Amino acid sequence: MSYVNAAVRKKDAVSLVSGKPVYTGDMVPQNSLMVKILRSPHAHAMIEEIDVSRAMQVPGVVCVLTHHDVPHSRYTTAGQTYPELSPYDKLILDPHIRCAGDPVAIIGAETTQAAEKAMKLIKVKYQVLPALIDYTQAIDNPIIVHPEDDFKVLVPVINAEPKRNICSKGGFSFGDVEAEFAACDVVLEQTYNTKANNQTMMEAFATFSYIDAFGKLTIVSSTQVPFHVRRIVANALEMPKSNIRVIKPRIGGGFGAKQSAVSEVFPSLVTMKTGRPAYLVFTREECMTNGSPRHQMQMKVKIGATRDGHIRVIDLYAISNAGAYGEHAPTTIGLVGHKSLSLYGSLRAARFSYDVVYSNTMGAGAYRGYGATQGIYAVESAVSELADKLGIDPTVLREKNMVREGQIMQAYYNEPCNSCALDRCLKTAKEMMHWDEKFPVRKLPNGHLHGLGVALAMQGSGISGVDIGAVELRLNDDGFYTLLVGCTDMGTGCDTILSQMAADILDCDIDNIAVRGVDTDQSPYDTGSYASATTYVTGGAVVKAAEKLRAKILETGADILGVSPEKAEFDGKQVTDTETGKSISLREIGYITCNGSRQLLSSHESHSSKVSPPPFMVGMAEVDIDPETGKVTLMDYVAVVDCGTVINKNLARVQTEGGIAQGIGMALYEDIQYTEDGRMMNNSFLQYKIPTRLEIPPIRVEFESSYEPTGPFGAKSIGELVINTPSPAIASAIRAATGIAFTSLPITAEKIAMGLLHQKEHE
Amino acid sequence: MQITVTLNGRRCTDEVAPDMTLYSYLRQKGCYSVKCGCETSSCGLCTVHFDGKPVLSCSMLAVRADGHSVTTLEGVEQEALEFGKFLADEGGEQCGFCSPGFIMNVLAMVKELPDPTDEQIKHYLAGNLCRCTGYQSHLRAIKKYLAAKQKEAVR
Amino acid sequence: MFSAQQYVKATSLQQALELNQKRSSAILGGGCWMRLGKKNYATLIDLSGLGLDTIEETPEEIVLGAMVTLRQLETSPVLAAAFGPLFARMTEHIVGVQFRNCATLGGSVVSRFGFSDIITGLLALDCEVELVQKGRVSLADYVQMPYDRDVLARVILKKNGRRAWYESFRNTETDLPVLNCAVSCLNGSARVVVGARPARAVMQEFGQMPSEQRLQEMLDKTEFGSNMRAGAEYRRQLAGVLCRRAIEQVKGDAECR
Repeated sequence: MSYVNAAVRKKDAVSLVSGKPVYTGDMVPQNSLMVKILRSPHAHAMIEEIDVSRAMQVPGVVCVLTHHDVPHSRYTTAGQTYPELSPYDKLILDPHIRCAGDPVAIIGAETTQAAEKAMKLIKVKYQVLPALIDYTQAIDNPIIVHPEDDFKVLVPVINAEPKRNICSKGGFSFGDVEAEFAACDVVLEQTYNTKANNQTMMEAFATFSYIDAFGKLTIVSSTQVPFHVRRIVANALEMPKSNIRVIKPRIGGGFGAKQSAVSEVFPSLVTMKTGRPAYLVFTREECMTNGSPRHQMQMKVKIGATRDGHIRVIDLYAISNAGAYGEHAPTTIGLVGHKSLSLYGSLRAARFSYDVVYSNTMGAGAYRGYGATQGIYAVESAVSELADKLGIDPTVLREKNMVREGQIMQAYYNEPCNSCALDRCLKTAKEMMHWDEKFPVRKLPNGHLHGLGVALAMQGSGISGVDIGAVELRLNDDGFYTLLVGCTDMGTGCDTILSQMAADILDCDIDNIAVRGVDTDQSPYDTGSYASATTYVTGGAVVKAAEKLRAKILETGADILGVSPEKAEFDGKQVTDTETGKSISLREIGYITCNGSRQLLSSHESHSSKVSPPPFMVGMAEVDIDPETGKVTLMDYVAVVDCGTVINKNLARVQTEGGIAQGIGMALYEDIQYTEDGRMMNNSFLQYKIPTRLEIPPIRVEFESSYEPTGPFGAKSIGELVINTPSPAIASAIRAATGIAFTSLPITAEKIAMGLLHQKEHE
Repeated sequence: MQITVTLNGRRCTDEVAPDMTLYSYLRQKGCYSVKCGCETSSCGLCTVHFDGKPVLSCSMLAVRADGHSVTTLEGVEQEALEFGKFLADEGGEQCGFCSPGFIMNVLAMVKELPDPTDEQIKHYLAGNLCRCTGYQSHLRAIKKYLAAKQKEAVR
Repeated sequence: MFSAQQYVKATSLQQALELNQKRSSAILGGGCWMRLGKKNYATLIDLSGLGLDTIEETPEEIVLGAMVTLRQLETSPVLAAAFGPLFARMTEHIVGVQFRNCATLGGSVVSRFGFSDIITGLLALDCEVELVQKGRVSLADYVQMPYDRDVLARVILKKNGRRAWYESFRNTETDLPVLNCAVSCLNGSARVVVGARPARAVMQEFGQMPSEQRLQEMLDKTEFGSNMRAGAEYRRQLAGVLCRRAIEQVKGDAECR
């Protein structure tokens, strides 16, 4: 093995650092119509009248579409395997406006200027309705977000009750929760709040569409889920999937945002109506107000332990804000419980229950971590508070209780924990942070406070029994390979990672593998890149396909040499008759298989997994707090990760650093706020502050690898896991430094300064 | 309005609208490396050199470029690649969408600050947002690049 | 983004003033803030051909052209020699180097935004603005004047040995300030400026460097407001903290002891 576990440069790196035109917006056909969307200023309203006649007169305007002009089948934009758990609760254009920014009209014009001019000339008469903004008041509220009769649920298990504003409800439990609490010496209850973070990938949602030579609607889009987009657009436009083709070029980041078909339907509709190519790129404001952000949640944790530090029971309740539409809402909520409670192998009982509700705020979607981030923030914060209450160091309390290899994870579908180096992760992290010397808090001569915080985290590796990835591997003339994949590299480097795996199995130079994805008419099926699936699931398919092709090469080479395959070997360059030493090069085999005398050599394999083995990690934060201003300066962040075998050292490290930086934004800065009537105030990069490089401390990453028997080369996932520790670790560090539990994110300087002021007044 | 701009070393004379941004003009001229990440002058993706200084091409009008020189990544491809390779060797380009603007500002920084400290680097580049990397790999790449440049200079 | 029908590169300040009399006209600064608006202008007036991009020193004054960029303010050796790190401190948090290479002093001063770092910093100095029509006006008076059609040509700083220090607090390092303040002293008397309240900066003169109590009195009668960045109470708290820190810094300056 030479590439797996090495720091291999990404195969597309040179084109990216040279600024080559490889993104959706760089390839828009010359004669495309520019698409703009008129959006509602109101959070809740009915469109009574809409007049587009003046807009249509603007020179260059080709179409202005309203709810009268669009198909009336409800659909979901959630990119999930059919039948989706997300309700079909959306129309392309709906006279019932459910959140500020809901689309009202779609304009196609020769220029952006013409489209914008037309937008101003569309006359809309709204009946403005009272809006439901506080999602904690949603259930049985007189304001009903989805009163429509054609609201459709494909999978009844989600328990939707739209007339009560409930998108989904449910839960799970094991053991005797009440009896365990009764047996505990210490019981702690706390409520935690998280906000609707925006992914803010640097490339906005962008799509263009055209009719290709075969009369097919072709969609080129910045998406994580090309195959799902094909179905979603087919549903929305009421057309056969066979008449739609989706192409994914390079993607400027996704982080889950592009696991929903946020932009694809609009230009597709314009193309179908006009026959013209059409291009839509969201403004940053649209990305902020009508993208697909993290679900805002409130979580109540009740946790019980014996005096000696045995955590016996956790009861977790979460209410999640779906916002106006239920994309990913019934599925994100499950991870709140599964991926937090499973961190503790010591639990004798646990319960998770939830409500997911509709409101008149923007619809949420998938964001890296997908519910696990919120759940782990709540449970890990509670565990740290419990440690204080017990008078036990929070790392020691975790050592005593955390999940270990070989255990059955009762809150995780009873999956066995086959690979887990969480214990080693914690040990290494403590050493790196000098935890024992530094914990809990130091007051500096300048009056500043230093605190340390720790958190554990886990995620999954794909969706068990649902996610599937297929690849095709071909030997070409001249002896190079083509690797066709349907998963979507969104900058993470999966095209490279999968090539590394193939190269190691085929014993070839990685440059000898041409990797390509995704075109739904040409690429093998893949559910897409989300749920931390690609390395683990699609990687599994690569291993199978490469091994199979290797065997075929050996067979064919042996056949050409006139020996049986058992008496020949393939070293990646040539097939050799082990007895005579006679050999034939891969290059020659390539030519011979292409000249008609033998079968072409290729392999096509798909892979899915019955389990979703969790990667684990430990995060530790050291904070400095200026008690007068409340300013938090992160001094240091230590992350020790068990993602199984690390396939690409660089990319795994950068994933970790990037995920932690996003988590830091969630913990301290990113603060979506609404006006009373439901308009988002933080609708730009000027007002929604993601961390710059000045906010991010040194992030020190180490790997403590377990070996996952079901994973390719022993690998698990890493992409989502890494966003989960900053919120609880930083919150705990701030609590250690100040003695105050700040339980609503983000923990702003204002909250800290005012909290310390009140604390002083009480003393 | 007619403007004459020295774009990547070539004189270009073009007709532009008075409210056309330099960003739109550059994209129209085929400089696709120049990206837009926001509409509020906040992200740095559209960074180009204006008479050698890094500016936000989204915030500047094309008419202002009349009689000036503008350089995009396309105009400094070799220099950009020289640093870009260090970035790539850290995996620090990730999705790559912010890379051109970032690289243009790194090249400007290197000209302005001969031997920057980590803090100076972070301050100079604070206007370049990136959501993928957490910025650590950027710093590693810059330090290795600077060290390599210094070594070369000594030779 | 705004739209515009016409662009004129002014050949004289007088021409700029004449063109600017129409309500549909606007003087183009760096464009960084202007682009956030969606106005439709008939005429954009560009001052960039008038040599207003220089920082010039006379024995008594430093004269800053309206088109001087924020980055020039930040890096000017002339300003650093006269006022120490003041100008670097009041500019270095503004978005990024590229932004500061675009945004102009004139744009910052004319806009008179409540959150302005520039206005707060300049108010601590003995500063005048030179308007084409009205001539020289003190900055303190200018910030109180309503927006009109006059054209700002220059900003003039008196080189009288006034020492000043600037503090700001921001939720993230390059965000708009939650609060800013500047304190200066000249011949024993002092001036305290508090801005980003979030409304426009207020200032007060003191016969000597204000005591804790005198500062508190000033802040007690200063109004603070709430917006999405922070609440009024926190701003009041910050104002006290930042002013005290600035006062300590100025006290530490040999010229002010």
